[in-house]
Amino acid sequence: MTRGLRAALSRNLGLLLAVGLFAALYGLYSAQHPRGGSAALLVQNSNESFALILAAMAQTVPVLTGGLDLSVGPLMTLVNCLASRVLSGGPVELAFGILACLAAGTLGGLVNGCLVVYGRMQPIIATLATGAVYIGIALFLRPTPGGAVNADLSAMLTYDLAETAAVLGVFDGGQAAWFQPFAPIPVPLLLVLAVLLFVWVPFRGTEMGRGCYAVGSSEGSAYLSGIDVDRSRLAAYTLAGLFAAMAGLYLALQTGTGNADAPQAGAYTLNSIAAVVIGGTSLFGGSGGVVGSLFGALVLRSISFNFRVFDEASWLGALADPLLQPLFEGMVLLIAVSLGAARALRIRNRLQLFG
Amino acid sequence: MRNPLTALDKPALFAAGSILLILAVGSLYTLSTGGGLTMLSPAYLSQQLQIAAFLGLIAGGLMMVILLGHIDLSIPWTLTAAAMMATSVGGPAAVPVALAVGLAVGVVNGLGVAWLRVPSMIFTLGVNTVLQGLMVLHTGGHAPQSRSTGLMEFLATGHVLGLPMAALVWAAVSGLLVVLLTRTAMGRAVYAIGNRESAAYLSGIPTNRVIVGCFAICGACAALAGCLLAGYSTKAYQGMGNAYLLPGIAAVVIGGTHVLGGRGTYTGTVLGTILIVVLQSVLSVMQMPDAGRQIIYGLVIIAMLFAYGRDTGRAG
Repeated sequence: MTRGLRAALSRNLGLLLAVGLFAALYGLYSAQHPRGGSAALLVQNSNESFALILAAMAQTVPVLTGGLDLSVGPLMTLVNCLASRVLSGGPVELAFGILACLAAGTLGGLVNGCLVVYGRMQPIIATLATGAVYIGIALFLRPTPGGAVNADLSAMLTYDLAETAAVLGVFDGGQAAWFQPFAPIPVPLLLVLAVLLFVWVPFRGTEMGRGCYAVGSSEGSAYLSGIDVDRSRLAAYTLAGLFAAMAGLYLALQTGTGNADAPQAGAYTLNSIAAVVIGGTSLFGGSGGVVGSLFGALVLRSISFNFRVFDEASWLGALADPLLQPLFEGMVLLIAVSLGAARALRIRNRLQLFG
Repeated sequence: MRNPLTALDKPALFAAGSILLILAVGSLYTLSTGGGLTMLSPAYLSQQLQIAAFLGLIAGGLMMVILLGHIDLSIPWTLTAAAMMATSVGGPAAVPVALAVGLAVGVVNGLGVAWLRVPSMIFTLGVNTVLQGLMVLHTGGHAPQSRSTGLMEFLATGHVLGLPMAALVWAAVSGLLVVLLTRTAMGRAVYAIGNRESAAYLSGIPTNRVIVGCFAICGACAALAGCLLAGYSTKAYQGMGNAYLLPGIAAVVIGGTHVLGGRGTYTGTVLGTILIVVLQSVLSVMQMPDAGRQIIYGLVIIAMLFAYGRDTGRAG
């Protein structure tokens, strides 16, 4: 094995582990599910995973800089409630509605960034506080769950390509012969690819994107090498806001309603941190990436999927008890997060423990 | 070292001033709506003291952890789990069971933070989820007893010599915490660790044990608050602790305890608690919805961070 290949392998070990784990868990699920491997099931599963994937992506960027964003879930919830108010009417209104949602999330991220960079606050406590504010605004927008989201838009973006074509009325309403091989592709899958290719990859290539990694590795060295540390940080939190907005928007399309649910927001935040850790991004910053978090989120979702299909009669039968599921998911989260973050496992000198 | 009992530093004075300001604004409001000076009546103030006790217990425990430079986000479900276990055991064992649950959760938190060195924010958030799962399991199969015991109700709503019992419990716990912080080696160690843990370690302080101890105290305080809350509403229920985490952190931070640890007075925390409770009360008199309160807590924490909690050198 050449040295370059070996270095690339060790750098991406976390990502590879997450991909392997996901393949194993999802394979197990598909094998046990009566409709395992069918296109309909794939669409359903990708639909259920997409919001968490976006939340995990949102969490990744601040984590790369060595920070943490506890307002990912609340910001998602805020955009979800906003979407349930503005996503109705004709195509023009819908387009403006989507733009407004994305802008609101990005603004929320920018506020976080300003507090951390110019307010010089601890990211964790600052985003805890802004998270409370965002939940509050969400509650103002939607005191009780409800609202309506344009059904066509929802159908277009949360099923497969056939449905999209049918809604748009192109390719003979999705019935064209040449279109059939593409028809069962889940739209969320394409959306993930689009976000990666059109948002993440360009961002990582910019000075700010590389700056995020540099700041996370060593802020002092990054500063001394002439990197605009403040701007990179600001960009990281703002991009997190944009990703969180996409997650909230998708949640609104998927559920068709807005719900200012604080416990759900907290769960999304914690799951996003766990997904980042499972995906191989260091919670101390500087290494990892959004692709790892994508697979981290998929691993978490595959675990919950498996709970649905455990055979009560098998040796795993005890785990099929739905009452056990929250506890088991909590344990998985705690263990994953602890392993990823435990400094005791990675130091050489006892004094370094205190960082 | 300053005496944390008597020292009135800038944040504490600010908090005291704010309490008076809020009471004044609230009184103006009740006067303008024809309610008279209800905010300054002894009955109202005594009732506020009773309600403040729940938050005060939580904030007192939380302060021990924040002084170390850590935080405990598992408070909502520690409180709920303790109250639920207490009511399902029932009888005279209820309160000791709750305290044991709180201590156990605190020790687990402490072990994770001190020995595994997982950032406290993350570890306690995970423990919170696990506790939630345990309680779902506990209440799922059958419906356990959730009625609070007589002792819990007395502690929460009783009166002794005209004073609300809850406030007396709060005063007793506060006394213990003040003695611990000012008169014992552990208290000094808490401030030392908050200032610079490596220096504390090198000067021979068993830092890990102190951290576990503080988390255990925080868990026990949350558990006691859970008992009182269950007594106050006559039952333990899921989600009863959700409304206490942010106000608790806000109370400690408003009281001038440094978010990165090492600085803070108990007087400040008490004043911060009273400030939050009076603010809550005035907001509910003005019929501010829950949404507005959330926003105000968040903004208050941010404002206090701007004023005192910034990353500008820790020696100060």
